[in-house]
Amino acid sequence: MIKRAIAFALLAGLGLVFLALWQGFEPDPSLNRSALYYAENTVTDTGAANIVAAVIVTYRGLDTLGEVTVLFLTAAIVAMVLRGGLADSGPRPGRWPTGELLHTGSRLLVPLIALFGAYVFLNGHLTPGGGFQGGAIIASAMLLMLLTDPARNFSHRLIATTESVSGLAYVAIGLAGMALAGGFLDNRILPMGEFGSILSAGAIPLIYALIGLKVGAEFSSILLSLSEREK
Amino acid sequence: MVYLALATGFALILLGLYGAITRRNLLRLIVGFTVADTGTHLVMVSVGYLPGRTAPILGAAVPPEVAALRIIDPVPQALVLTAIVIGLGVTALMLAYAWRIYATRGTLDISRLRQLKW
Repeated sequence: MIKRAIAFALLAGLGLVFLALWQGFEPDPSLNRSALYYAENTVTDTGAANIVAAVIVTYRGLDTLGEVTVLFLTAAIVAMVLRGGLADSGPRPGRWPTGELLHTGSRLLVPLIALFGAYVFLNGHLTPGGGFQGGAIIASAMLLMLLTDPARNFSHRLIATTESVSGLAYVAIGLAGMALAGGFLDNRILPMGEFGSILSAGAIPLIYALIGLKVGAEFSSILLSLSEREK
Repeated sequence: MVYLALATGFALILLGLYGAITRRNLLRLIVGFTVADTGTHLVMVSVGYLPGRTAPILGAAVPPEVAALRIIDPVPQALVLTAIVIGLGVTALMLAYAWRIYATRGTLDISRLRQLKW
């Protein structure tokens, strides 16, 4: 009882802070200085139509490299923690066979979902979307396959190879930016192309494709590790 | 509109933290944290919103010349994209540890995990 009262008191205090923040909030009338820089110079600097993509891949590219590293570490730690079976597994509940509808549906949908994921990360510099979103969509195709046939064996080696090759290529592109253009992960190592077309914005589509493959492989590996514990 | 989004975000944070504090089952605790996580994303995106403006994606609707007057702040959106990805990583780790606890101790009830209690 007293624990619950303490919890409510804590939340009420936090709620009061939030209320004060909410009452004092006033939307900015115009962009602040960094946002103004991005709004005015993204097209000349990077050639990307999606400013968020330009910020993530080029202006703050090093942070994104750190982000995919965090994700890689997560996938590795999840695989490590989940390795080793249950000590006393006990009787397993019988597994219901998955239905014909799910089987046929997934055979139709998995290629389409993977294609949509590739579309999302290849158009990341033009439309809402990008490597992380595309990678998550590809991993959802993986999830559908796992739901359809949980006992199926997926190639860990293929997933690991995809991930390490795309990660290495990402770093290699970053280093090429230092050698050929203005700095690490500079996207101007490739021609800028025509603004708004798919082959534009220098290396951004390439980097986003690599991020998409890497994130897709990492999410798939997490899903696979979690699902294999069920066997 | 932006006030509504902001209030929803704050409400989700409080709701998620309430769940994380009061529940005993580890899986429900994780759900609580995820809800609070979503609330922080909503708050961050709302703070970057400027009334009457549109998404920071240039093209026919928003020519680059007038972008400074027509788009919202792109930085919070980039931050939230990062936050979503890291949040997913945190959730995956929490689930993996919860599984590990269940495998070694046979329970997900935190009131029965008392080794570190003093």
